[in-house]
Amino acid sequence: MFAYIVRRLAIAIPTILILVVISFLLMYSAPGGPFNSERPLPAEVMANLEAKYGLDQPMWRQMVSYVWGVVTQFDFGPSFQYTDRTVNDVIAQGFPVTLTYGLWSAIVAMVVGVSLGVSAAVRQNSVLDYLAVGITIGAQALPNFVMAPILVLIFTLWLGWLPGGGWNGGQWEYVIMPVIALSTSYMASIARITRSSMLEVLNSNFIRTAQAKGLPMRRVVLRHALKPALLPVLSYLGPAMVGMITGSVVVDIIFSTGGIGQFFVNSAFNRDYAVIMGITLLVGVLTISFNLIVDILYAWIDPKIRY
Amino acid sequence: MTIHNKLLMSTAAAMIAMSGVAFAESHAMTGPNGEALAETQEFTYRVLDEHSSLDPGIVEDVTGSEVVRDLFEGLYNDSKTGATLEPGVALSHDVSDDGMTYTFTLREGAEWSNGDPVTAGDFVYAWRRAASPELASPYAWYMSLMSLENVDEVISGDAPLEDLGVTAIDDYTLEVRLKEPLPYFPQMLTHATTFPVPQSVVEEHGDRWTRPENIVSNGAYVLEEHVPQERSVRVKNDMYWDAENTIVERVTALVINDENQALTRFLAGELDRTEVPAGQFPRLKEEHPDEAISFPRLCNYYYTFNLREDGPEAFKDQRVRQALALAVDRNVIVENVLAGGQSPAYTFTPAATANFEVPGVEMAGMTQQERNAKAQDLLAEAGYGADNPLSFEMVYNTSDAHRSVAVAMSQMWNQTLGVETTLANMEWQTFLEARNNGDFELARGAWCGDYNEASTFLDLLQTNSGYNDAKYSNAEVDQLLADAKTAEDPGANYTQVEQIIAEEMPVIPVYHYAGVYMMDENLIPSWPVENVQQNWYSKDLYFVADE
Repeated sequence: MFAYIVRRLAIAIPTILILVVISFLLMYSAPGGPFNSERPLPAEVMANLEAKYGLDQPMWRQMVSYVWGVVTQFDFGPSFQYTDRTVNDVIAQGFPVTLTYGLWSAIVAMVVGVSLGVSAAVRQNSVLDYLAVGITIGAQALPNFVMAPILVLIFTLWLGWLPGGGWNGGQWEYVIMPVIALSTSYMASIARITRSSMLEVLNSNFIRTAQAKGLPMRRVVLRHALKPALLPVLSYLGPAMVGMITGSVVVDIIFSTGGIGQFFVNSAFNRDYAVIMGITLLVGVLTISFNLIVDILYAWIDPKIRY
Repeated sequence: MTIHNKLLMSTAAAMIAMSGVAFAESHAMTGPNGEALAETQEFTYRVLDEHSSLDPGIVEDVTGSEVVRDLFEGLYNDSKTGATLEPGVALSHDVSDDGMTYTFTLREGAEWSNGDPVTAGDFVYAWRRAASPELASPYAWYMSLMSLENVDEVISGDAPLEDLGVTAIDDYTLEVRLKEPLPYFPQMLTHATTFPVPQSVVEEHGDRWTRPENIVSNGAYVLEEHVPQERSVRVKNDMYWDAENTIVERVTALVINDENQALTRFLAGELDRTEVPAGQFPRLKEEHPDEAISFPRLCNYYYTFNLREDGPEAFKDQRVRQALALAVDRNVIVENVLAGGQSPAYTFTPAATANFEVPGVEMAGMTQQERNAKAQDLLAEAGYGADNPLSFEMVYNTSDAHRSVAVAMSQMWNQTLGVETTLANMEWQTFLEARNNGDFELARGAWCGDYNEASTFLDLLQTNSGYNDAKYSNAEVDQLLADAKTAEDPGANYTQVEQIIAEEMPVIPVYHYAGVYMMDENLIPSWPVENVQQNWYSKDLYFVADE
């Protein structure tokens, strides 16, 4: 197990380097640059700016010094667009925001999704099942860029219960709507995956044995069926978890949370190379880590898996 | 005012009633014209994007300039109407006979928020810094536009900073030397790039001096909080020389990228001001007559032909350009598509520009039927018709409003002239690059005046202008504009330039912008609606009491 983890971490390093190279290439092949504006800058000012940020160097050298700065000093460089901030500042400010509502969304999506899925599977073809399936299909069909404005319309404009956006240090009333908007479609996917895998498990021999022994249904489900039924959910959760804690661009923009998604989109529009790189790396590292965690959890849940 | 504020207000009122103690407001109890004021004076508004910077030497966007104008004060401020100047740090100035040396007398008693006096040396430091290669400010060109002595050599690094034409004679006397007379030089001094910066603070904190924990400023407000991409909060600066007449205590800018979302939040009472999305003004005006307002802005909206050598052949023919310009029914665009009080444009310079007499151009006096008929004749003369249809591509940067205008224009051309247009939208940076490199046929353009004078627009059509995307070149226009710089009354030159443009039509003016807002009705009385540049200062705003 330990050797496996070490091996996976060793593979992660070239993966991240490839990510850096590809991101650099894509970024520089996009037209425009961080200092293009409606009124083109005089050549000498442009030259001064490029020298200041090292953009006058050949690309391979920029890449090497970037990686060097990250590895040796954990320095992701200055933001090109916002002079009083470094990329570290941007992430330190934006990431806790998305992490907060992302973690809440993950909890909501898991708890509600698994409960819905399990209850639907246990009472297959009952009214409850149809209701659960209906809800999940509805939730999945309603994209969050449609749902978020509707939530604001209902809870802010009509009912006046919740603020229509902002973050304000993460007070609870500012967190609720982003969590609902972000978690719904994940919740629906989890519910559907849980339901179908639960149905499969419930029809397997060892469950029939458990039932034949006369165990109550509740105990059969919770004790014997749930763990194996959750395996497919777990493999879905790895990437989904990253998706949630790095936030949704749509949720960040509609609720103006100041989260990392907003920075990501705006930095792409502004060609703020350092910020794009920093957030890309963050998402990359998180994806690799969560996949690793999921694989470790797999071994823990499923005794058949050995690394 | 926000609902939240109203709640606070009633709480405060209840407290006074209970305690029986006089409630001491730190601001005046009545407005400048004797109006009764609301108890709570807090202004919350929506901004589309995070500001680029709060450093006066660097800031380049409207959003940032609005904040910087509150935090810092330059030599002069705009008056409410924008037509005249009011003393800021400078009380007055003298101009030498040749118009090239300005001597400003500064206010004694103006202080930085850390208690240091604001002196002429602060301006010298700030101006040298804004032009310095080391700062590499994207707005260094503004210093160049001000025609300071040796400015271009300083920006390029060929001359030391000390050579820049600005000197502190003593703490309260500032001398500025220009390389050529510039009649509108004082008007340029309300721009953020010319504001003073505190040398000791900048040197101590470097790039991070504009953070709330470090910043020291000399304006009516100080920065209290800044959460990037979410909010920035500025509060009244008690050290400001005119603090006793500053009424609004707290100003909050909320970043809300989505304009419809912002509108919902305005309607829910969370905001005091937000922009009205294109096309929604008539409905909002009907539903909220006291809160929907529209007024002219100093900005134009146009389409530019690509007149480069390798540009489309068809556009080299003046008749084709005229025909296309004539066949755009601007009334339909401003009344039905945008519907926010914009005005149809037949000249490049907006009518709202100070001291600008709109010249009588032929097109403006015709009916649309006459224009269409003339357009058809011109295009037929140029050799285009049913058997040889004109076709081209028009590009604009991605936005709902731009798309609606482009669709309307292409429909008009198709119906009137049988022209086939392909519409293409591009993301902003891609669009800028394409337009800059001449990689387009017909492209959208818009410009907001940097100062309130016609040359800020017409300079774009000068051969050497970096913004002349059409690559239009007319020696007569260049000469007229060059002469205007030093002319006693440049108006006649501008009129002539507009007439040449109306004839040669390198660009199609479509409309002139309007500021279209939803605004708290108690704020509207103090809002500078006549200031076409919308250089507003929070220190001049106030909320009147509910009637």
